[in-house]
Amino acid sequence: MAYMHIGKDFVPPDVNGKVTGRIKYAEDYTREGMVYARLLTSPIPHARVVNIDASEALAMDGVFGLLTADDVYPDGEPQSTGLKVLTNEPTLVGEPILALAAIDEKTAETAISKISVTFERLPFVLDPLDSLAEGGPDAYNGGNTYVFRQGFASEKWSADQVASFRAGNEPTAEPQQTFAYGDLDAALAESAFVYESTFTTAGYPHQSMEPRSAMAYWENGKLYLHGTSQSLSALADGMASIVGVPQEDFVFINEATGGGFGQRARANSIPSMAIPAKMSQKINRPVMMRITRDEETAIGGARQGFQGWIKCGFKADGTMAAADLYIISDNGGKGGGGDAYSAADCISILYQTEAVRFRGTSIGSNTGHRGAQRGPGQNQIAAIIAPILDKAAEELGIDRLKIRQINTPQNGDIGGASRTPFTSAYMPEALKMGAEQFNLEERMARSRKRNGSKVTGIGIGQGYHNAGRSGMDGIVRLTADGRLKVHNGVGNLGTYSYASTSRAAAEVLQMPWERVDIVTGRTDRHLPITSPQDGSNSIFTNTRTNYGAAMDLLGKMKEIAAMELGGDAADYDFGDERVFKAAAPSEGMTFAEIAQKGIALGGKFTGEAELPEELNDFTKISVSRLAGDALMGIYHDAPHNNNPPGFTVTFTEIEMDVETGKYDIVEMVTIGDCGTVVHPQGLKNQLVGGAVWGIGLTGYERHLYDPQNGLPASTGYWQSKIPTMMDTPAKIKTGWVDLPDPENPVGARGIGEPAMGAVAAALASAISDSLEGHLFNAAPVTADMIINHVAGVTSEAVPLAQNNFRG
Amino acid sequence: MNLNLTRRRFIKGVIASGAAATTTGVWVAANGAARPAGAVERMIRININGQVRTVDVAPQETLASTLRYKLGLTGTKLGCNRGECGACTVLVDDVSTYACSVLTHSVKNGRIETVEGLESADGTLHPVQQAFIEELAPQCGYCTPGQIMAAVGLLRENPNPTREEARQGLSGNICRCGSYDSYLDGVMRAAQIG
Repeated sequence: MAYMHIGKDFVPPDVNGKVTGRIKYAEDYTREGMVYARLLTSPIPHARVVNIDASEALAMDGVFGLLTADDVYPDGEPQSTGLKVLTNEPTLVGEPILALAAIDEKTAETAISKISVTFERLPFVLDPLDSLAEGGPDAYNGGNTYVFRQGFASEKWSADQVASFRAGNEPTAEPQQTFAYGDLDAALAESAFVYESTFTTAGYPHQSMEPRSAMAYWENGKLYLHGTSQSLSALADGMASIVGVPQEDFVFINEATGGGFGQRARANSIPSMAIPAKMSQKINRPVMMRITRDEETAIGGARQGFQGWIKCGFKADGTMAAADLYIISDNGGKGGGGDAYSAADCISILYQTEAVRFRGTSIGSNTGHRGAQRGPGQNQIAAIIAPILDKAAEELGIDRLKIRQINTPQNGDIGGASRTPFTSAYMPEALKMGAEQFNLEERMARSRKRNGSKVTGIGIGQGYHNAGRSGMDGIVRLTADGRLKVHNGVGNLGTYSYASTSRAAAEVLQMPWERVDIVTGRTDRHLPITSPQDGSNSIFTNTRTNYGAAMDLLGKMKEIAAMELGGDAADYDFGDERVFKAAAPSEGMTFAEIAQKGIALGGKFTGEAELPEELNDFTKISVSRLAGDALMGIYHDAPHNNNPPGFTVTFTEIEMDVETGKYDIVEMVTIGDCGTVVHPQGLKNQLVGGAVWGIGLTGYERHLYDPQNGLPASTGYWQSKIPTMMDTPAKIKTGWVDLPDPENPVGARGIGEPAMGAVAAALASAISDSLEGHLFNAAPVTADMIINHVAGVTSEAVPLAQNNFRG
Repeated sequence: MNLNLTRRRFIKGVIASGAAATTTGVWVAANGAARPAGAVERMIRININGQVRTVDVAPQETLASTLRYKLGLTGTKLGCNRGECGACTVLVDDVSTYACSVLTHSVKNGRIETVEGLESADGTLHPVQQAFIEELAPQCGYCTPGQIMAAVGLLRENPNPTREEARQGLSGNICRCGSYDSYLDGVMRAAQIG
């Protein structure tokens, strides 16, 4: 289909600000009379605050006030996992206990040094398996796990059960969570090759570049909060509730966000922004709270680590008949997530496994706050499963590409725990395209070939994430000058989705892009509710809403033309910013004339009546404030049932130096299947960015803690070892299938998260290949692990260790 | 990135001013609201983006702090404030420098350039800025000013780098979005634009 905007590159309106430094992030703002808040954070991993004596600090000149958990939660802290605004019950080092505001940060720091906090030290634990063992410490007050809607609980295994698991055996304890389909025993019995092993994947911090600084002030009873967010209106919706202010009186300002990756998507993942808001309310001054890198590392979120056991069965023809998983997922000091469930779900979908059983238990540790991180669950397991697939191919004498083609999801398939049909799936096409661009056959001939200390490894990986929510709203307006205003609540995270999804509305009306204004950046510009910009949702979800709103607008435009010029709305066509009689194109009205007429008519034409009944409350407020001044298109997106997947395929060649454990990525080709491509440059960025994240997962990133005192050793970029330009290829080749999805009006699906999974898988596959097919059953696979393997040294001091060095 | 040089300058500067920047007190040290006894002259004239600016600078104040909080040049970003990420990269006498890790007093006689100074008075963007737009190099954009200044510094020294040389030249600048490939595309395009 020939589109005017879809599939074409454009310059998103914020890029100029990014290259000139003019665009403002939260900490770039200032306000007359602004004072500064600093945090006192927990220096110990698990404690209870017994007493706070701030009398000396509060008596200092230039100190304006103190905020504690007692101020924020006068009725007591919520007894649940998840970050609190402030806490008297810290369960990780770096958790905010109190904030103090002063004339400048020097004074605030000095005052904080004069505050005496008495802590009751409580037992701490860094490795979930140590907590699971009978008599082991619990990370939380009230247990080591949290059961949804039931509260804290203590989950314990016998010492023998933990030891057996660490020794490599299938766990025998009852899990918290399960799903299963198919006849697992029969599938394993039919298998010609069965692989069974324990495995680990590391947790590691998000490390967004912009620390989660925030500034707040109150004016005329309204709270203005400059913050950071992946999801502008979706986050604002929840943040008003955390601060305790009616949505009508809350203005969230967020022009740009310096990275999120899952932990700035929703208000409950970034409650610290409520600190300057509450402090400002208390002391009646604008308050800036700058967050340091240490603080960001502690409360900025981290991926869940896995301690798992997997058993996979393959039939003689290569079909993955069975997958049996038991995963202990690390909930860290706060929060948690559904990573383990998603991991099993991902295997079921990516390999169309005939029988799957998942068993999982989530256990806390007094380490960094955990929550969703790019491809939560799917991407950890991608790095584990790819070498297993290679092993099966080798054992069964099947080509490594072929075994993936045999098991690949495609149109008409179902998958996952819910056995849901895909909206569409073009993984076979992606595999074919990638293999050709990579020149797989020629490169495969170099597999495992040694040249001096260098060995070539070839890797193939696949990634998946479900990517398509519904139930959101769209608002577009045609102003009296004939310009189209697309109100977009998607956050400006760096995906440019706020702009690319707006182009769906411009496409409907065939509006030149220069005649379109995207209205975004702050909630008092009156935005619709959108999906949180996580789970690779924006493209699928918000092209639907913007398309729908533009269709509503177009219908109203034709109705007005018919009222003015006669006939029925159905008799009218449009083009070149005019609506005209299809049978007599010279008889028509310009978009501007129609907008002016619509404004004069009012009522349903301007958002004052006949709104969609299902419209979300957040959107209703916005519509009520916009009503009357423009012709308005409003849309509520009805739920859809099928699963819109994001799929990726990566092929890579590495040159492994077996003397150093270091490797160069010689070639990398990564292909996306995300339906119709909306914005090629944006898609390319997601693919190469995801590749860097995948390299980090498989090669480098991990949490490290001092086992004696529970202090974090990885408190910044270098220690948690996020990839630099030197860890990644000088060129990553990208491509896409570009076939439309039938359940999206412009054919699009999401891609951000699987872009990482396929690379994580391909790199793990290549590392294994370069080492004669050795399976580490771990992510990351670090240089020390590789050297130890080559030297024949057992690399695990403590098997299945979590939050610690493995060797 | 001449990292060793700037770190050494920073440490020498701290010793000279009798102040110490600890990890936990890093904002305090950076903002330098206190006035230590025997401090150096605070009011200095400094050449930033071709303009001589007069500014009150504390002895232990970092260049990043002066730029952002005294001069309002918030294009220079702080990602870590401790020399890990390069988001605060500026040019000091054409050498790319972490502004978080150099004291303002130690470079007061230098010629300092920030991202705000690249655009011409008529609004024409610097070739690196233009190329970064054309390649859509930034994602979240937070590291972009630092990447741009590192690229400008590289291209002044080596106007026609190979992709590998560009990779080396920008290796001191972290991008958590992982936009390295697009940044390198931008540098190579900028070299063509000249």
